[in-house]
Amino acid sequence: MTRMKSLAITAALLLAAIPLAKPSHADALADIMKAGVIKVAVPQDFAPFGSAGPDLKPLGYDIDMANLIGKDLGVRVEIIAVTSANRIPYLQTRKADLVISSLGKNPDREKVIDFSAAYAPFFSGVYGTKDSKIAKIAKIEDLAGQTVGATRGSIEEQELSKTAPSSATIKRYEDNNATIAAFIAGQVDLIATGNTVAAAIAEKNSGRAPTLRFVIKDSPCYVGLNKEEPALLAKVNDIIAKAKSGGELEKLSQKWLKASLPQGF
Amino acid sequence: MTYKLHFADLLPYWDLLLKGLVFTILLTIVSTVAGTALGTLGASARTFGPRWLDRLTGAYVEVIRNTPFIVQLFFIFFGLPAAGIKLNETTAAVLAMTVNLGAYSTEIIRAGIQAVPKGHIEAGASLAMSRLQVLRHVVLKQAFEKIYPALSSQIVIVMLGSAVVSQISAEDLTYAANFIQSRNFRAFEVYLVVAGLYLLLAIVTRAALRGIGRLVFRGPGR
Repeated sequence: MTRMKSLAITAALLLAAIPLAKPSHADALADIMKAGVIKVAVPQDFAPFGSAGPDLKPLGYDIDMANLIGKDLGVRVEIIAVTSANRIPYLQTRKADLVISSLGKNPDREKVIDFSAAYAPFFSGVYGTKDSKIAKIAKIEDLAGQTVGATRGSIEEQELSKTAPSSATIKRYEDNNATIAAFIAGQVDLIATGNTVAAAIAEKNSGRAPTLRFVIKDSPCYVGLNKEEPALLAKVNDIIAKAKSGGELEKLSQKWLKASLPQGF
Repeated sequence: MTYKLHFADLLPYWDLLLKGLVFTILLTIVSTVAGTALGTLGASARTFGPRWLDRLTGAYVEVIRNTPFIVQLFFIFFGLPAAGIKLNETTAAVLAMTVNLGAYSTEIIRAGIQAVPKGHIEAGASLAMSRLQVLRHVVLKQAFEKIYPALSSQIVIVMLGSAVVSQISAEDLTYAANFIQSRNFRAFEVYLVVAGLYLLLAIVTRAALRGIGRLVFRGPGR
């Protein structure tokens, strides 16, 4: 009998709790301003966008971007290190207000979250040396008769295999490191790779810094946020637009990607 | 096991496999001839040359036999350009395989030379043969006959080891396999077929070497 009673009480309590569990329609921006802190999910394993520094503190393009937004809002930034698999769940469960985690846009993601304007360039392209012959290459047709190195199975290698002129030779290497080594050793003067890889080469081997010839596939990074937060979205877009015109984004690009923002970004 | 085999997925790539197979065969032939020649020179140098040449050849043999083949290959392809020596992937592959077989065959052939009785060499000299004639007709011929099976095995090992050259984008049989696997993700089928091709290649290589051996060593009076 007592058992039945306690069950009934539990049930009543659960029922009473239901209205509380409903998503509150409060404005996320107002909540952030009130709390004085913004929680931002950043990558921990994806340099140069986000990785652990020597002191194990996260650093990278995305962390700088988070701090830039926090500074503009005048609130403290709480950095949450996430992986690419759990970054969207963190947002959906409101453990994070924003995801700044080299997030690309696609239709499936657009169904569950909103995206800001692009804040960072992310693309794969064909890179070359400063050699005058190579410097003339500006579009895929120019690869006729040229030799390009690429990592076998990568997006850019598959794309090149489909679209490059038949007289172009594609040298396929086992992994990114072999492709980089072949480029640095001068075995190839052109490589197809991502802008982050090109940045890594430029940082370690400035004598043979790769320069962008043309873009193969463009997929810039966006700030991800929960749906139906128009005030927060407008504010974030406003901050990104200001950072773009004010030159802060250009500075971030130079600092982390070792290159200017691409034209038209 | 619920995995369904799809060998038909390999069909569109048959020309790639064939090209890779031909490349592997050519690579093996060229580096076998060059490597055996290098080994013969090395063995002669170690046995009949001056002491410093023996030491030098010995050092070469030890360095090559005690380092991994892939490291030797990477050194030639990725490392040497820093010293101003830039070789394309095919040349680098041939060079690495030649240098590798050269070191192993130096020791194999040297063993053969040492097994030639001194009396035979003296007999050659007493017949007014020059030193070079003695080396060619008396020493090397007998030496090769003795070590031929060991040399054949080493050649097959080098042929199988050539799979590594796919790592520097040389388009051999393994490169074809890796490429196909990166396109249709049928790793099981691709590597099964390629393993079969290597097995076949090894059997054919042994048979061919045995045939050549029969032709060459069927001397007069036998």
